[in-house]
Amino acid sequence: MKKLLIAAIVIILLTPMGLLAPGSAWGEWGIDEVKNMVGYVPSGMKHFSDTVKALFPDYGIPGFDKNFFQQSIGYIFSAIVGIAVIAIVFFILSKMIGRQEGKNE
Amino acid sequence: MHIPDGYLSPSTCAVMGAAMVPVLAVATKKVNETFDKKDVPTMAIGSAFAFTIMMFNVPIPGGTTAHAVGATLLAIALGPWGASISLTVALLIQSLFFGDGGILALGANSFNMAFVAPFVGYGVYMLLQKLKVGKVISSAIGAYAGINAAALAASIELGLQPVLFHTADGRALYFPYGLSQSIPAMMIAHLTIAGLVEAAVTGLVVYYLIKAGEDNLLYKFTYRLRGENK
Repeated sequence: MKKLLIAAIVIILLTPMGLLAPGSAWGEWGIDEVKNMVGYVPSGMKHFSDTVKALFPDYGIPGFDKNFFQQSIGYIFSAIVGIAVIAIVFFILSKMIGRQEGKNE
Repeated sequence: MHIPDGYLSPSTCAVMGAAMVPVLAVATKKVNETFDKKDVPTMAIGSAFAFTIMMFNVPIPGGTTAHAVGATLLAIALGPWGASISLTVALLIQSLFFGDGGILALGANSFNMAFVAPFVGYGVYMLLQKLKVGKVISSAIGAYAGINAAALAASIELGLQPVLFHTADGRALYFPYGLSQSIPAMMIAHLTIAGLVEAAVTGLVVYYLIKAGEDNLLYKFTYRLRGENK
């Protein structure tokens, strides 16, 4: 358990390495990028994009993303928030799924 | 590989979402049958691992990025059905909190990364095991196949959009590039860099767990699911 925790902390602290890759993933452009690429914004795309505004868009803290240091903090923060929410989801799921211990097969 | 909202037509999103309903229903049933309650935290660890590993964007020649998913690793550790639930939860959190992948597109993204990837990866892994290939190599090759199958699925979903949904004058309503562009772009990124990263991460973790004598962590929970006698 201790080893797992150390590994988790190391991985979380290393996540900002993921910020170093330049550009965005193919097929994950913002509306402006699409407009630059094809010359227009597809009407349906415009209509349905940003259906819900994310709390921490692109794994960053809004307004706290001016430089690599701030982005890194936002990224690490996002990793912690994400893992915490996943833990909560599975805590709730554990009440609903899985066999009770000691039950016969 | 996280398709944003607005890229797929609402009907495509509905079809893909509908496809995921039976997958998750069967997955829940399988997990109920084979996991003890105390095993559920392992699913959480798998989900958290996939979530985090997807944050490591790697550069792709040509100025784009891609990332590993961890789908096959989860399928080997939790069984493909358990992996499917763990990956779906990770994708749900990514879309809701971080805007990574659309909410309407969650069905499509889950289909690709939480169904196609773990099941193809796991199938290849099991096949290679039958051919007496070692666990580490099997897991790495399975992971490579799994992530590329998912990338192919995503590129087909995207590339079909301009064919199916366009205005009278030929303008795309949603994703503007057709199959002839989407398939090569996605596949080059994943056949080269992202697939190798996925294979390396999977192989290394499986190697480590075996080496550390903790391969029971990988294989203990789901022997019934995999139809193996313990």
